[in-house]
Amino acid sequence: MNMNAEEFQERKLELAGWPVNVSSYRLGNEWHAKADNVSPGAALARGTGTTREEAEDKVLKRAEELLGGTRRRAV
Amino acid sequence: MSEYAHPEALVTTDWVANHTTDPNVRIVEVDVDTKAYDDGHVPRAIAWAWNTQLCDTVRRDILSKQQFEALMSASGVGPETTLVIYGDNNNWFAAWALWQAKIYGHRDVRLMNGGRKKWLAEARALATEAPRVQPTNYRAKDADISLRAFLPQVQQASAQRAAALVDVRSPMEYTGEILAPPGLPETCQRGGHVPGARSIPWGKACNDDGTFKSADDLRALYAGEGVDGSKPVIAYCRIGERSSHTWFVLKYLLGLDNVTNYDGSWTEWGNLVGAPVEKGAAAAAKG
Repeated sequence: MNMNAEEFQERKLELAGWPVNVSSYRLGNEWHAKADNVSPGAALARGTGTTREEAEDKVLKRAEELLGGTRRRAV
Repeated sequence: MSEYAHPEALVTTDWVANHTTDPNVRIVEVDVDTKAYDDGHVPRAIAWAWNTQLCDTVRRDILSKQQFEALMSASGVGPETTLVIYGDNNNWFAAWALWQAKIYGHRDVRLMNGGRKKWLAEARALATEAPRVQPTNYRAKDADISLRAFLPQVQQASAQRAAALVDVRSPMEYTGEILAPPGLPETCQRGGHVPGARSIPWGKACNDDGTFKSADDLRALYAGEGVDGSKPVIAYCRIGERSSHTWFVLKYLLGLDNVTNYDGSWTEWGNLVGAPVEKGAAAAAKG
């Protein structure tokens, strides 16, 4: 059975000092969210929820954990 | 406004929506996030996982000819099939798949411009079940290694400035401030870039909606860093996927003749004992 992705949305924010891109959309009754690290755009976390907020909160929490471990070096 | 050099290498989301049941077209999703396909995909699209199906999982290499033949056969692809590849993150890994299909001589392979993001943003139909595929007995051509750069070529290019080296990673990976994209495991011993390389992050080739920028904008972007086709071009990143996106742009959208993808990339160079490394920002571009 085919469904349509509805209400696709994308926004940028900062987590643990890094830019993050969060996208989300609804498929039927389920919301899907994904967080990536903007540059290069590798997926950090993905999750689902019954609302957009719930799905996004899950991925942002996990993304923040991962980004917090990134080390900057002097150049 | 000028056209892309090879506009046939791209199809629109509209085109794909009108060809989902075309028996001569095989649509393939290749994502950075290998679970995305299961959430919903273009109807009748199949999926290839970049980390298990688009590389040799024993030694570090792209698919062998035999492995590529097996993948295409299992995917129901024949020599005349139009292969349309798309994926998340502006077709990053879709371009990696296309690069390998070109290496093994598949005649008609294209990217869906805008990739998965554009399909979702346009609220198009998504399927959750994988289609049933009739296997074929695909025969590939011998690998065209003129599309691929190996370490000795890059060493020579760097030492002699004989080619335009394009580092498509993020600026902070280029300078050496970080050793891997934020949030991902560090996979090299040293940070920085290949001496002589210019920093042109791959994502600069894309618009916000995931589509490729116009030919004029792309030409200005690369020419501004001295990449104008007057010398051979070697693109690299960390593991060769981001640079296959830039390789596609330079070869098929701008029509540069001599462009190769160095898939050894920084995980090879940045781990190599004795390899020269440049850190910090680049000097001004030279033509």
